[in-house]
Amino acid sequence: MKDAFGAPQSLLVLGGTSEIGLATARRLIARRTRTVWLAGRPSPALTGAADSLRALGAAVHTVPFDALDTDSHEERLGKIFTEGGPAGDVDMVLLAFGVPGDQARDESDPVAAVRVAQTNYTGAVSAGLVCAGALQAQGHGSLVVLSSVAGERARRADFIYGSSKAGLDAFAQGLGDALHGTGVHVMVVRPGSVRSKTTAGLAEGPLATTPEAVASAIELGLRRRSETVWVPGALRVVMAAVRHAPRPLFRRLPV
Amino acid sequence: MPPFNTGISGRDGYTVTFMAVETHVLDDDCVALSGWGRTAPTLARVFRPRGHAEAAEAVRARAARGSIGRGTIARGLGRAYGDAAQNAGGTVLDMTGLDRILAVDTTAGLVVCEAGVSLHRLMAALLPLGWFVPVTPGTRYVTVGGAVASDVHGTNHQAAGSFARHVTALGLLTADGGVRTVLPGTPLFDATTGGLGLTGVILSVTLRLLPVETSLMSVDTERAHDLDDLMDRLGSTGHHRSHAVAWIDLLARGAATGRAVLTRADHAPYDALPRRHRARREPLAFRPGRLPAPPPYVPGGLLNRTTVGLLNELRYRRAARASTGRLQPLTAFLHPLDGIPHRNRVYGREGVVPYRCVVPYGQEEALRRVVLRIAGRGCPSSPATLRRFGAGGPGWLSFPRPGWALALDLPAGLPGLGVFLDTLDEEVAGAGGRVCLAQDSRVRPEALAAMYPRLDEFRALRAELDPRSTFTSDLSRRLAL
Repeated sequence: MKDAFGAPQSLLVLGGTSEIGLATARRLIARRTRTVWLAGRPSPALTGAADSLRALGAAVHTVPFDALDTDSHEERLGKIFTEGGPAGDVDMVLLAFGVPGDQARDESDPVAAVRVAQTNYTGAVSAGLVCAGALQAQGHGSLVVLSSVAGERARRADFIYGSSKAGLDAFAQGLGDALHGTGVHVMVVRPGSVRSKTTAGLAEGPLATTPEAVASAIELGLRRRSETVWVPGALRVVMAAVRHAPRPLFRRLPV
Repeated sequence: MPPFNTGISGRDGYTVTFMAVETHVLDDDCVALSGWGRTAPTLARVFRPRGHAEAAEAVRARAARGSIGRGTIARGLGRAYGDAAQNAGGTVLDMTGLDRILAVDTTAGLVVCEAGVSLHRLMAALLPLGWFVPVTPGTRYVTVGGAVASDVHGTNHQAAGSFARHVTALGLLTADGGVRTVLPGTPLFDATTGGLGLTGVILSVTLRLLPVETSLMSVDTERAHDLDDLMDRLGSTGHHRSHAVAWIDLLARGAATGRAVLTRADHAPYDALPRRHRARREPLAFRPGRLPAPPPYVPGGLLNRTTVGLLNELRYRRAARASTGRLQPLTAFLHPLDGIPHRNRVYGREGVVPYRCVVPYGQEEALRRVVLRIAGRGCPSSPATLRRFGAGGPGWLSFPRPGWALALDLPAGLPGLGVFLDTLDEEVAGAGGRVCLAQDSRVRPEALAAMYPRLDEFRALRAELDPRSTFTSDLSRRLAL
């Protein structure tokens, strides 16, 4: 159960090697989280991530999960919700998987582009619905969906990734409204460009953020039961302007 | 939730399957419930039994579902701040339908009533007969069943103990669907009083009453200029008043840290009324006033350091330096905030987190550290009280134990409040004290064992009496009770 400050006691991370996912897990373990399920493709990285969280004192289980294999979601994820019995509720699901893709290459390789779309959107729709149903049955819980500012307005530089996140974002907003009043809370998190291992060395924008900052914004959002969280918060204003920039102007912007 | 098969065959012969997400509340009886603090709401199916048979039927139906179902819990008027009367995904029995006063013995001073009767109603019915509820918490809008399950205490704890001390019998509906009469001195009684509704549903209560001659209190007031002065005054002997409580200013700093207004009171006897006092004509009138309620949507942050600081300053300066025997209606003394309906709205949508702790006598240093920390942090708590507890009751999970009891309400939106309260818990538990479970919405489950040494007995009795956890609440899930 979550406490008065929205701190969950158990957490399911979909995309168990996600840096934001792990930063969030670390932060929540420091509060009340005692049980963590890391769902991801079995790999040494996933085992390593589980070990790093175990060292913080949580009971960590790894669950084989592949976003692209949507047929298996119902069974794999459903098991997590049922195996604990009534005492083993999942208080929070963090939908953190996603691939950035390689825009330049993907434009000439439609199969790779489709894989980005399937992972980020189709896989998330399937996993999101399975988890939403299970959370609704237990009458409480938060579904935190990692979207991106890239989905707010398509950019020349990453519109394949951006369009998949745009779809995910719209899906999560709609799901949040569908679940309003059922005790389940859906929160859409829109981080700016996140400094991570994969982006190390690349030039970064003025509103870049870190996985730790996203994690703390998620913790705050849980307490406030927010529906949309921007990280950093200033992006809310910036993107409100960007959203309305005329196309000819936006095309010329160095973003 | 199983996917449903639409039976539509795709072009390639595969079957199109949709996941079913119900886009509406499960049915009309499903309600998002939260405690008085309005934090952590969860959804439950609410069932309002109108009699013992309906309640028993409901419990039997839940028990039959065993581990697939998510259990049931009784709820009264929802005045507990935390999640004690919530049950996510399960059933909540709204007990306010069981609201009959069954019998009153005006010679012996006993009342038998159903569990859903509120203390307000009990007072309205009994006061004209010259009897009063012996122990009332800070609000009279609680049900009798809730008062037993939380083992509530009042400002007269030193003299009268907690609520359970005045209960002579309970009708308890247990997980097997049977109704038992539970008498004081039995393990089931000790587990049920303060047992947070987890041993069963309390259906009826027999309560011993307090005789009163008037509906007025005779109140003495004095000011304490700092915490040490306050503790000296509270601890000084030679006072005959049964009620004593100090309103404490936790925002005052420096030399004034812990300054307080201390009030002591007793039910005023008829002879003590002045000769031409209007209460002489109608000494047992019960007419509590009511102010308008705050609007449903109040912005958060209204109770902050500035506003609460001003209120505190005003309250301290308004209080008499020393006065004795001032007459006050008993509702104004015992339930000063009940005049404002929905007063929990003033904390905004983020809600309020209570902190109720007791620090044993002899550990005054720990209490001092707790108060200094709260004052040092500038927590805007209005109201905050300090009082002394007498001997504890037999309840295994009952909160009161001998010591200094500090109670404060804090806006849940204060940054870093969760971590801060955890550090206070450590201080309190380290001194051998405890926090109140009935009001809790946030305590760390690991901290409980040190605070409640009889917790294991409680768990064992529950496992034996209710092996399938028919009685479950969000609180019991959160704290693994």
